[in-house]
Amino acid sequence: MIYSTLNSNYSFVDKLKSVDYFLIFLVLIIGSISVFSIYSTESGDFSFYTKNHLIRLIAFFSLFLALSFVRVSTWYRHAYIFYLFGLLLLLLVIFFGISASGSKRWINLFVFNLQPSELMKIAVIVCFARYYHRIQSADIESYKYLLQPIILLLIPCYLVITQPDLGTAILIAGSGIAIIWLAGLNIKYFIYSGLLLLVSLPFIISILKPYQKSRILTFFNPERDPLGAGYQIIQSKIAIGSGGMHGKGFLQGTQSYLEFLPEKHTDFIFTLFSEEFGFIGSILLIFLYALLIYRIIKIGFSCRSFFAKLYCFGFSTALFLYVFVNIAMVVGLLPIVGAPLPIMSYGGSSMLSIMIGLSIVMSCKIYSREIISN
Amino acid sequence: MIKRNNNLDKNKTINRRLFILGTAKVGLLGLITSRLYNLQISEKKKYELLSDKNRFREWKTPPKRGVITDFYNNVIADNKRVYQVHLSLDETKDFNNSIFKLKNIINLSDDELSKIYEKKQKIKPWDTIVVSENLSWEKFSKLNLYLHEIEGAKPVLSTSRYYPYSNDLVHIVGYVGDASPDDIIKNEKIEKNFVPGLKVGKIGIENSTDQILIGNYGIKRYEVNSSGKKIREISYKKETQGENLRTTIDLEAQKLAQKLLENKAGSICAMDIYSGEIIAMASSPTYDPNKFTYGINKKDWNEIKNNKLRPLVNKSIAGLYSPGSTIKPLVALAALEYGIINPNLKIKCKGHDHPYELYGQKYHCWKKNGHGIMSLRNAIKQSCDIYFYEVARLLGVDRLSIIAKRYGLGSKVLENIFSEEKKGLVPSTKWKKQVLEQSWYLGETVITGIGQGYIQTTPLQLCLMTAQLANGGFKIKPNIIYNSNFNYEEILSKIESEKNKPSKANILKDKNINLYEKLYKNPRNIKIVLDAMYGSTNEQFGTSFRSRHVDKKYRYAGKTGTSQVRRITDKDRELDLDTSEIEYKNRDHALFVAFAPYDKPKYAISVLVEHGGSGSKAAAPLANKLIKKIIDRDKDREIIRKELKII
Repeated sequence: MIYSTLNSNYSFVDKLKSVDYFLIFLVLIIGSISVFSIYSTESGDFSFYTKNHLIRLIAFFSLFLALSFVRVSTWYRHAYIFYLFGLLLLLLVIFFGISASGSKRWINLFVFNLQPSELMKIAVIVCFARYYHRIQSADIESYKYLLQPIILLLIPCYLVITQPDLGTAILIAGSGIAIIWLAGLNIKYFIYSGLLLLVSLPFIISILKPYQKSRILTFFNPERDPLGAGYQIIQSKIAIGSGGMHGKGFLQGTQSYLEFLPEKHTDFIFTLFSEEFGFIGSILLIFLYALLIYRIIKIGFSCRSFFAKLYCFGFSTALFLYVFVNIAMVVGLLPIVGAPLPIMSYGGSSMLSIMIGLSIVMSCKIYSREIISN
Repeated sequence: MIKRNNNLDKNKTINRRLFILGTAKVGLLGLITSRLYNLQISEKKKYELLSDKNRFREWKTPPKRGVITDFYNNVIADNKRVYQVHLSLDETKDFNNSIFKLKNIINLSDDELSKIYEKKQKIKPWDTIVVSENLSWEKFSKLNLYLHEIEGAKPVLSTSRYYPYSNDLVHIVGYVGDASPDDIIKNEKIEKNFVPGLKVGKIGIENSTDQILIGNYGIKRYEVNSSGKKIREISYKKETQGENLRTTIDLEAQKLAQKLLENKAGSICAMDIYSGEIIAMASSPTYDPNKFTYGINKKDWNEIKNNKLRPLVNKSIAGLYSPGSTIKPLVALAALEYGIINPNLKIKCKGHDHPYELYGQKYHCWKKNGHGIMSLRNAIKQSCDIYFYEVARLLGVDRLSIIAKRYGLGSKVLENIFSEEKKGLVPSTKWKKQVLEQSWYLGETVITGIGQGYIQTTPLQLCLMTAQLANGGFKIKPNIIYNSNFNYEEILSKIESEKNKPSKANILKDKNINLYEKLYKNPRNIKIVLDAMYGSTNEQFGTSFRSRHVDKKYRYAGKTGTSQVRRITDKDRELDLDTSEIEYKNRDHALFVAFAPYDKPKYAISVLVEHGGSGSKAAAPLANKLIKKIIDRDKDREIIRKELKII
């Protein structure tokens, strides 16, 4: 195997020059907004959640900057190891995981509880980017090359679903499928599998856990059980709707301040933000995410290697999925499946995985001219 | 080269696919944006409303009750400051613990404790429970000392009903208590203003004037969190106090009347003969209404309930008695009006040896040795029964019934004010046929002539009867609540100018007479009766001569009555026991009706002493004292009346 030698010797200044500062700026902006939002969930009290969030943001942001200088070829080389490491962690969860509110998702790292499924989101993208890096367009549809990624995707998804964590599993699957799509698999496969999914939907529903079933039923009719399963979505809609055009103002969100809003630090952070800053604020935040995604796509275009391209496009799509699923969920367009809003939501693992994901993007940018060959 | 082409193809594919993905992303972002627009712009109002519904919770505060005063503006039902302890359930994590601590500090009894648990079942988990409604200052200050140790406990300064003249007015004013479901259904005002802790009238004026006395509740709006805990007060619409109420009662007269009846069972009523204002309406024995405000305890309740003299019965309006001889002026009047007799009719009363006889049935006079030859005036004055047996026989019960009803017997006097008021009974042949399905016997007419038999009256009816005789025979409307629309002078001058004129209408038929119209046919007849009553009190041999006032200012005219509670047998007559020698329950009821001052009548009075013996000994002396009091206070009353008119 020969790795490109043409551009193996970047000077440090060159590296610094090729850093995408706008991307860093966007991350910092969204990061700051997240700190203020978490601060608001504590009714303007700088305590536990805000402190932790700020510390993690600083730590993982630094990690993002540091990892940005890891060569993209290094990521390429260790892609499968990364994937296997993720799988190992997921298996460890089964044996040593800690449980909370009925699901077993975390490993105790003493500093914080790691959620391996979050890391798996990135690992799948890296793994798939590498996998399709070397496959020629013509070979994609051969059964061998079709079956391998499906297996690679099914294993982590299955492990995550059984935790149970439907939301993350869907996001992992979504990221993987996005790369398969980008790699150019014939549309008919997507259509067929889509139809298959639709047909098997009743069967899938029948094997879902009762709480998952009720969430889906609740999605179709939140009033079904307004104080139970429907409570979250009803209260979230009330909070967002009552925010109006300009919002109730910073620290003035009554729905969250008066504790009507559940899980306001994590999955429903957008609701709180939207209540306090209204339609204008929400659109602005979505715009920031859109800009971030656009920026990542732009970096993808500048990359020479397929690995970097596929990774950037795949990650941007995944990032979009995270944002979309979360917001669609809190505005009542999708059932509540438990998906955090990147950077904004309180939660170390999610933040860690996003920052690692971004650092690989940055590495693609810095080493954009690096050619990776088999 | 092939590889290069392949790579170019792959690149193209990726870009094309990315473009499709990008388009989808833009579409999905558009979807979210439109959804946000829908929620935050189009349906903002709806969600704002829902948010407010979430945020705000209202607590109603009980209105202060209107104050009741007597005619002279003395407060007879007041609002007193009380010290209470409340427990906010939403701030109490361990209810049992808090209650246990409170129990030790303020010494709650087991009875009270079980009541608190009962109350807790009925209220919502964020409501407040009133643990103690009326704490002494000592306990209240002790509580404040330990307050920080009791989760959710709140010392509260509140107001509660207080009756400063407790026992003296309970039969008039009544008392309040917690609203029962029945109270809420029956009274719209209560239903509209119901708040936990609202006190409503249970009996008496408090009960019948709830409409006026209950104010409007206040509303405290609080911002609450999802578990209902109050975060801060948003607004407070203050409750309004109910309207104050002036009664026609004279506190001093009432107190005296009540005192005169001390240790007796009975009633004293006094009334203004023109306005119908009730000056005093005493009933004995009484009880303390303040004990009912917070729910009476078992011991006190049993004491009241088991008292043989029946303190709970308002004897003035709910006690039914044979009027006895107090009805004689009315019997005489009826006979005169119908032209059955003339005042000079002479009948000889020969004593117990020669009683009045009718179809072999003997009817005795109360006087053993007989009155001798009696004229109408003397018969009233000395209360000769023989004379009235004959007059009644000649008159007939049906004509007597028309006149008796016209002067106020047989129907409720105050109608809607006291739910327990009784109608009494004025018998007639028709009544007996319809109700008892029996024929009337002439003997029954005869005893009706001396106020015995079926006839049943309340003391207040007798007072009204006397008032309507004393004012010259004009219909009045008794009232116990001050009516500011009543023009005293106008009515007085109207009656004065009409007094000596005969009635033009044929009023001897059983028909309704309008207010302040003549009840009589010939004014001379009224005069004859009143003059005879004068004799009864102010001339020798008159039955109430011993209780007369010599001073012209207080001079009154009256009629005694002694109402039998059982049939007097020949053996009783033979024994001729003194009242004190007869068993209490077999003693006669003593009655007395009067009006004063005689020269210019203004007030009528009725006295009843249950099992008091004879009217002249037991009832008339009480009237003597009260009449003096009422006349002494007349001047002040008129001053107040003038002041009220100016207002």
